[in-house]
Amino acid sequence: MSDVVIRADSLGKRYLIGHESERERYIALRDVIARGARNLMRSAGDMMRGRQLIVGDEVEEFWALKDIDFEIKRGEVVGIIGRNGAGKSTLLKILSRITEPSTGRVEIRGRVASLLEVGTGFHPELTGRENIFLNGAILGMTRAEIRRKFDEIVAFAEIEKFLDTPVKRYSSGMYVRLAFAVAAHLEPEILIVDEVLAVGDAEFQKKCLGKMGEMAHHGRTVLLVSHNMMAVRQMCRRAIVLRAGSIVFDGAADSAVDSYAVSQIDRSPRETWLRPASRPIEALGFSKIDATISGRQPDHVLECKIDLESVAEFASAFVAIDILDEVGVALMQALPTVQPFILGKPGRHQIALDVQLPPLVPGTYTTEFWVGSHNTQTLDVVRDEIAFEVLETPTPGRTFPHTRDHGAIVPKSVQQYSFLGSSERLTEAHVSEGRRPE
Amino acid sequence: MNSFDRLPTDGAHAVPIAEDARSTASAGAQPERLLILEAGRTERNYWRDLWYYRELFAMLAWRDVSVRYKQTVIGIVWAIVRPLLTMVVFTIVFGNLAKLPSDGAVPYPVLVFAGMLPWFLFSSILSDASNSIVSNANLISKVYFPRLIVPSAAGVVALVDFAINIVILFAIMAWYGFMPNWQIVFLPLFVVLAVLASLGPALFITALNVKYRDFRFIIPFIVQFGLYVSPVGFSSAVVPDAWRFWYSLNPVVGVIDGFRWCLLGGESQLYMPGFLASLAVVAVMLWLGIRHFRKTEKTFADLI
Repeated sequence: MSDVVIRADSLGKRYLIGHESERERYIALRDVIARGARNLMRSAGDMMRGRQLIVGDEVEEFWALKDIDFEIKRGEVVGIIGRNGAGKSTLLKILSRITEPSTGRVEIRGRVASLLEVGTGFHPELTGRENIFLNGAILGMTRAEIRRKFDEIVAFAEIEKFLDTPVKRYSSGMYVRLAFAVAAHLEPEILIVDEVLAVGDAEFQKKCLGKMGEMAHHGRTVLLVSHNMMAVRQMCRRAIVLRAGSIVFDGAADSAVDSYAVSQIDRSPRETWLRPASRPIEALGFSKIDATISGRQPDHVLECKIDLESVAEFASAFVAIDILDEVGVALMQALPTVQPFILGKPGRHQIALDVQLPPLVPGTYTTEFWVGSHNTQTLDVVRDEIAFEVLETPTPGRTFPHTRDHGAIVPKSVQQYSFLGSSERLTEAHVSEGRRPE
Repeated sequence: MNSFDRLPTDGAHAVPIAEDARSTASAGAQPERLLILEAGRTERNYWRDLWYYRELFAMLAWRDVSVRYKQTVIGIVWAIVRPLLTMVVFTIVFGNLAKLPSDGAVPYPVLVFAGMLPWFLFSSILSDASNSIVSNANLISKVYFPRLIVPSAAGVVALVDFAINIVILFAIMAWYGFMPNWQIVFLPLFVVLAVLASLGPALFITALNVKYRDFRFIIPFIVQFGLYVSPVGFSSAVVPDAWRFWYSLNPVVGVIDGFRWCLLGGESQLYMPGFLASLAVVAVMLWLGIRHFRKTEKTFADLI
């Protein structure tokens, strides 16, 4: 028996999308009626031929995936990374048989379980106990299997007390824990996971990572799609990078993550972002962001001028800034310490924020500007649009240059003292990390 | 990157443990099978797959049933009140006002109720099933299983209501002192017939409903309209003989006649040519429904 469990051969997936052709400038009733009639005729025709109805009057082919070839061996843990719209989800959907490829073929050996969302099919009216059975069946477990693992699942999710409570009364944390617990006790030969690591609190995430590592340890094949580069580095030995529906890299996870960083993020520093007309503000959103870096290492200050616009009434909101390294790992979050609330009247709001940065290793950092009214309710996010570059080293006295391999931030100072071995006197050696030259 | 910043799990999967994998994987599960996914490949072991997913079918059916009766104040009462009131209205309108004849000596309310049993079964399967795929969109777009399971499981809820109704029918029969005779042993067969008769059009409309949402407006219309063109409130014997065969092309006619034949004893005669015509229509619609459903089910996840 060959040891290849998944073989994809020039795989492709095509979607048809419709566009509105340019709107006429003068709308006459006659034109509207004529166009309506034309569209009606076309949809009727499409329907008679059993075709998909497409909105708009121009139809375009869109290849979500094109000419994908890869082989995955038994027991491999493979990460799939790429930007939004690179085709990751489509690939997973094909592998888990949710959708059919348009071209090419895939051969899969063994039982596949896909986890494209935690809690698929959970019903809010049913109790935790009932949902374990329901969700298990949906994920492909037999009833006997679920019964055998029931106690384990309950213990893993830490919901013993609430087993007979409808899940609609669960906190979101409990809900996610229960959902992941069921999924984690699947025993397929091939497990396909999409982004589920992004849920739950830190401790639970660690538990999940551990569980997945254990699965891989038992020789199961795991495919992991994630935006979390740390998870990919930790979990996977191999990774596939997708861009615009094609494989741009396939190899060691570390190099894949690096190549993703190089290929995906525009590394040139950008200081200004203006909202494009194609993305209108829904409730409250950023209209313009200016960010410049001032000061000298290690006392850099990121000065942000933020214009917000709101089109609807809202209770109150605040802005947070995430700073990410070039690979997309979040390094820190800056929340303003002053009274943070933007009070909810429609119109323009202007705020300025100064972020005192810690000593940073030279490199490019990207940002994520977030505005929301509650930590789960996001109103707007501007991601990867503002980037800044740190050129100076934070530790002028250091012998070796800093690189990202040893972390993104550096200690303010490290002092070394030696007490033994020197007979003359106590020597004090400063390894002055981050000390400003006097 | 140096080796310190990795989780301990990393060292573990550096050693492939393929042998171990095979033994643990096959313990309790069935032998590994090769699955080929290709464009337009009609799944050859579709029916085997359907059997393999029978537990999911049972779970979904159980979910639909239990959700239906959870958090409802009147719950089962509703399942009783609806057919009873319909029966009263139909008895008054068709029996007392229009003075339509009953079959032999059957009390009119019993005649109406025996016709309503299969009609409610038919119409609830039709309406529950055809919305089932759209209302389970999150499942369809996240997990694979033969899609046929979803509308079929929705049909089970209708069967539960049917079971309640049949108890009511027996109560009404007892009230009127009406005894069914030996033909009642055929009842299960006619229940199956009613289910099959509704599944055909239900599957067809379900598949269409995924692609063209207009169909959800058509179903209430079919249900409302069908109630009057089917012999629910009256006996199909009142239809002139010359038209009776053509009338039976409505598959529900055959189903209702069959129900009355086996429930009302010798009082209600089965009109054979019409019944066979209904059977044929049921078979053709079922075939069309399943064929169309299967042809389109692979695209459900893309369209939903």
